[in-house]
Parts: sequence; structure tokens; C-alpha cells
Amino acid sequence: MPRDATLHAFHFESDYVLPTGARLKPAPTSSRFFQAAGRVPDMTKESAADQELPVVARFEVRGRAYLGPDGKLLRPPPAFASDLDLLRSFYRGMVLTRTFDLKAVSLQRTGRLGTYAVSLGQEAVAVGIASAMREEDVIVPSYRDNGALLWRGMKMEEILLFWGGDERGNRSSGPPHDFPYCIPVGSQAPHAAGVAFAFRLRKEPRVAVCLFGDGATSKGDVWEAMNFAGVWKLPVVFVANNNQWAISVPLRLQTAAQTLAQKAIAAGFAGEQVDGNDVIAMHAAAADAITAAREGKGPRLIEALTYRLSDHTTADDAGRYRPPEEVQARWKEEPIARLRSYLVGQKAWGKSDEEQLVAECHQRVEAAVERYLATPPRPSETMFDHLYAELPAVYASQREELERTSRGAKRG
Amino acid sequence: MAEITLVEAINLALARAMEEDPNVVVLGEDVGINGGVFRATAGLQQRFGPERVIDTPLAELLISGLCVGMGAQGLRPVGEIQFMGFIYPCIDQLVNHASRLRNRTQGRLTCPMVLRTPYGAGIRAPEHHSESTEAMLAHIPGLRVVTPSSPERAYGLLLAAIRDPDPVVFLEPTRIYRAMKADVDDTGDALPLDVAFILREGRDLTLISWGAMVKETLAAAEELAADGIEAEVIDLATLKPYDEEAVLASVSKTGRCVIVHEAARTGGFGAEIAALVAERALLSLLAPVARVTGYDTIVPLPRLEQQYMPSVARIVAAGRGAVQFG
Repeated sequence: MPRDATLHAFHFESDYVLPTGARLKPAPTSSRFFQAAGRVPDMTKESAADQELPVVARFEVRGRAYLGPDGKLLRPPPAFASDLDLLRSFYRGMVLTRTFDLKAVSLQRTGRLGTYAVSLGQEAVAVGIASAMREEDVIVPSYRDNGALLWRGMKMEEILLFWGGDERGNRSSGPPHDFPYCIPVGSQAPHAAGVAFAFRLRKEPRVAVCLFGDGATSKGDVWEAMNFAGVWKLPVVFVANNNQWAISVPLRLQTAAQTLAQKAIAAGFAGEQVDGNDVIAMHAAAADAITAAREGKGPRLIEALTYRLSDHTTADDAGRYRPPEEVQARWKEEPIARLRSYLVGQKAWGKSDEEQLVAECHQRVEAAVERYLATPPRPSETMFDHLYAELPAVYASQREELERTSRGAKRG
Repeated sequence: MAEITLVEAINLALARAMEEDPNVVVLGEDVGINGGVFRATAGLQQRFGPERVIDTPLAELLISGLCVGMGAQGLRPVGEIQFMGFIYPCIDQLVNHASRLRNRTQGRLTCPMVLRTPYGAGIRAPEHHSESTEAMLAHIPGLRVVTPSSPERAYGLLLAAIRDPDPVVFLEPTRIYRAMKADVDDTGDALPLDVAFILREGRDLTLISWGAMVKETLAAAEELAADGIEAEVIDLATLKPYDEEAVLASVSKTGRCVIVHEAARTGGFGAEIAALVAERALLSLLAPVARVTGYDTIVPLPRLEQQYMPSVARIVAAGRGAVQFG
């Protein structure tokens, strides 16, 4: 049996739900990445009233992609890509993230988890970025960055605990200095700048990495943070996870800018557009930006072009605003099949590897789910804990009242 | 010991805190070479350098958001918002992040920040420079809201706020920035937070106020004393969490309670105090609780602002009314 046919025998469609249930062939190598770059006419030039006037500034935005949607190389990748163990670890990280995400959705559907933000199709952004960070760096994530936090060491049961409605999840086994999920869109960007300022002040070779979505780039928060980071050449990397949709609002209604990457230029530093479904490109872009930031060369913005294959959250139904054909087409570009094709082509991955990995991921996720479900709720009155370093005396009676009434309720 | 104004006391406390702790940084618009629009940060950048006294871009949300990131990293940021009228972009950061970072991470990350801002009317300033919206801030769990009413308390309470491990909004009454002088010794001694100050003892009536209105409240107490009415004057100083016991002890003793604040009446912090007294000291009351406050109007522009603000006469009348009730 030729190797490709073997691949089909354990195609991910059996394990990872597709909207149609159909098997999809990978798209040809001409990546949508490049089409996306030219999706809007450049109105900035047309608005120049007088072509005779001298050009006073000129800027460029570069695009980065190595691995096409069919798993074939578009251009020679950076040196790290010859480390097949590293690529396999990326692959494992992405598959674990997807397995976990899909399990979380099924938990929500069966009433065992609260609203959950799925990262389906965006696993390469998470893994590419997080794998380029050091432990001492600080991640400042949005609510969709489950994969990055998993890579950083947050346990699956902790993620479930948080989305299952328990603050203790945010204690996190990841680096203790990492920020928790940020829910109000974009409001975490100034935190990353503040963290980076602390690094600069203390002369520590550390980097803050801030993740947000395309919608967040419309907020002043993100601009204010980038602007300040530019002024102070702060060691911070901003990552715009451009998954094309902010709930129901498509990118074309979010901005008329040709790229999101160019928003960095106004803040005085470079922005780069990266194929966010190509984990090699994501890791390379992140490693470059993080290294530069660590060396005192200032911030950078990475626009990761990807696609939200899922609903916005489990509380959303994207079918109301998004044609299924669009989603189906985007499935051909998703990051996991692409890297698998490449690894298979490199004879670095095979059927038994896949079966073993899938089994292992399921087993790990199931074990985490068990631990999550076995965690009893904390006593009611602990909602007063960690409100202040020390609970002000004036609130002691409220805490006692809650303790008394919740004990009474239990007896009743 | 030197006689200094309230705003000079702020400056003295900032310098002291920065001297003591290298983690203290000051940030805001024009806080550097200009020393702040009210000169609260005068000389600090020259002394501690531009990385610890940071002239930020003109972006209030940013200032408060930076404080959250810096605080989580163990710095002790002191942000300045030039006027309270410009603090509203910071509300998102205060409600959604600063006040709850400790709680939502169950103690893993904390936010020891101070956000300072001048507030209140009476300085003939342009529109948006005169409001007192402290009640809005005092409604936020996890936050501290502190306001001094004298140079001594400005010095001691600001030091306490900077050393506090949790976020504090520090409201500086603009009208009395330079209206009084007092001897303030730069000892580095903080005053306690969450504690009210009894500025004058009395048995007939409790007058409760904070910030700039403490000045009129004390003057009213003087006038009442001339009539033989002994008013106890409480400066609440910390509005969140506030010293309930001090209020209750005083009202239980006097049986009469008049609350004075510059902010609009409805939903003002006076309502909270009146509710506390109704809940826990009702039977001590010899007269209804009274509020002397700003009106439920937009704070008028300077031509009418004096008529908006509670006057000594209004406080005296409310005090007399309480004593003569029944």
C-alpha cells in the first residue's frame, strides 16, 4: 500500500469532527495566505492628492510562509526545521490541543463545562508562539489561547476548572508569572507593555508575549499598548491571531487596512504577516521577534493569518452568519494535516506514530477530565479569599453570613 | 519640620516612597520634566530619572493598564490621571483587571498599584474638570478608594497606599491642594488605611465627610459650637472599605447624623452611610439622617459652581435641623 493511502486510513476526519463529515484533500500549494494579502485595494496611494509631492516615508510588510497547505515546502525553511524531533513535538502539541478543545466542547454540550472558546484550526499559532518562548518570559493571552497555555505548562484540568466556573484553574501550573486568560478583548495589551517595562527597568533579558484576535486590533487598548512599546523599545511581541472572524463580524468590517501587521508601522516598529496555519513559519517568526526583543531591539507585531474553523464559542452558532462552503474550503488549509503530510513526506511520521499519539492524547485528556470532574467546588465563603491581601475587618461579617447560610443550605 | 501644602505633601510622599523602594515608579502625562500639571511630581524625574518617572503618551487607559502589568511584575506603579474627568477610560482596567487580578488568580498574581487623580469642583476649571464620582469607584470590590483632607493625611495616606499590596485609587481634592498649610515631618510614617479620622469630638451631632468638603464641614462645626451645638466631625478618608464602626460608634453616641459630600446626591456615597445607619443604628437616632450634597445636576461651569457646592451655611442649617428635630 502506498504511504499516502495508508495516511487516508487514519485520516483525522475520523477523530476530529468536520462540518461535512467528508474527507478533504489538501488544497494545492498556492496558499490563500498570499491572496489574503491583496484582498483590499490599497487606498492609501489613491488618496495622495498630488503625485508630484515627494514621498516622505515608505513602509513594507513582509509575509512569511514555508509549508504550503498540501504539506509541501514553498521555500527553504529555517535551519530549525531540519530538527524533526522539534517538528514532531509541534505536531504532538497541536494534536493534543485539538483533542483537548474538542473534548471541552463535548463537555459543554453535555452540561459539564461552561461556555468555552475553541481554538480549532488555530493550533499552529498557539504552538508556534509558545514553543519560541522561554520559561521566564511572560505570556499575556486572550481567551482562545488554550494551546499556548497548555504548552506553557498549564494543566488541562486547570483549564477545564476555569471554564467550568472555578477560579482555582487560574492558579495554573504554568510559569507563575504568566497572565491568566483575558476576557475583555484587547484589554490585556497594556499589561504586556507594563510587564515589558518592568523587564526593561530591571535590565532582565525577558520578553512579554501578548496574544489577541483580529477584533482586538480595532480597540484603542491594543493601539495604546503598541504605541507605548514603540516609544520605549520594549521587549514585547504582539501577536494578532487573525482568524478572520470576530464572532459574526468579518475582517472586512473590522478594518480597511490591507494587513493587520501594518498597524505596527504607525507605532514605529515592524509588523510581519505570517501564515498562521504553518507552524514552521509561526515558530520562525516568533523566535525571530522574541530574540530581537530580548536583545533590546524593541517590539514586533506578528499577524498570524489563520481561520476560526469552529463557532466563536460554544454559545455561538456560526451557521447563522457564515456560509458552510467557506468553512469547508478553509479546512483544506488547517495546520495539523499540513504538518503531518510534511512529516510523512520526510519519513518522520507514520501510521503507528499517529495511532499511538491519538491514543495517548485521548488518554491524557480523559484522565484530565476525570480529575476536573472529581474536583469538588470550593467552600462558598472562600469567594472572600484573595479579594485583598488581608480581608478588611469590615467584610468579616459578610463572610460569616455566607458561611452560615451556605452551611444551612447544605443541611436543608 | 516645614509648613507645606497638600500638593507638596503628595510630592514629599512620592519622593519618600521612591527613595525607600526601587520598585516604585511614577507614570502619567506630563509627570516628568513638567512635574505634573499641579506640580505633584515636581523634581522627581530629575532625581529618579526618566525610567522611574515616566512621561507616558496621552492615553489614560494605557496608564492604568501599564500599572496592572507592572504591578503583576512586582513593581509599585503610581499612575497619575491629570483630572478625574479623564479617568473613565481606566474604569475597564480597574473593574476588569486591577481589582480582581488577585482574586481571579487565587493569589498567584497581585496588583499593588496606585492611581492618583485630582478631583472635585471649585477651582474655576473648564468643563469635565470638576466632578466627584468617587461612589462609582467605591462600588468596585477588590479596590481601595482613599482621599485625604489635609497635608498630613495626604502624606501619610499616600505612603500607605503605595505600600499597600492591593490597588488603590487615590483621590486628591484639587480645591484644597494649596488652600491650607500644615507641618508635615518627612518621617516616612504612613497613616492607616480603612480607618476614619475623628477630627473633632462632640456629643450632639455627627458630621461625616471626606476630601475637600472636610474644610467646610469643620467650619460648620465651629459655627454650630458658637450656638452651643457640639458636633463630632469624621473624615472618612478611606471610602472603600470604609470604617463602619467609627460611623456607628459616633452616631450611637450623638443620635444625629449629617453626611456632607460634593458629589451628586443620588447614589452618592452618603446613601451608603445612611443605609448603614438605618440598618445598624436606627434606634440610636434622635433625628432623620440628613445629606448635604451637590445637586443631581451636571456640575455647572465656573460661573455657577459655587452655588452647586455644599456651603458652610447649608451644613450648619442641616446640623441645626437635626438638633431641633422633634
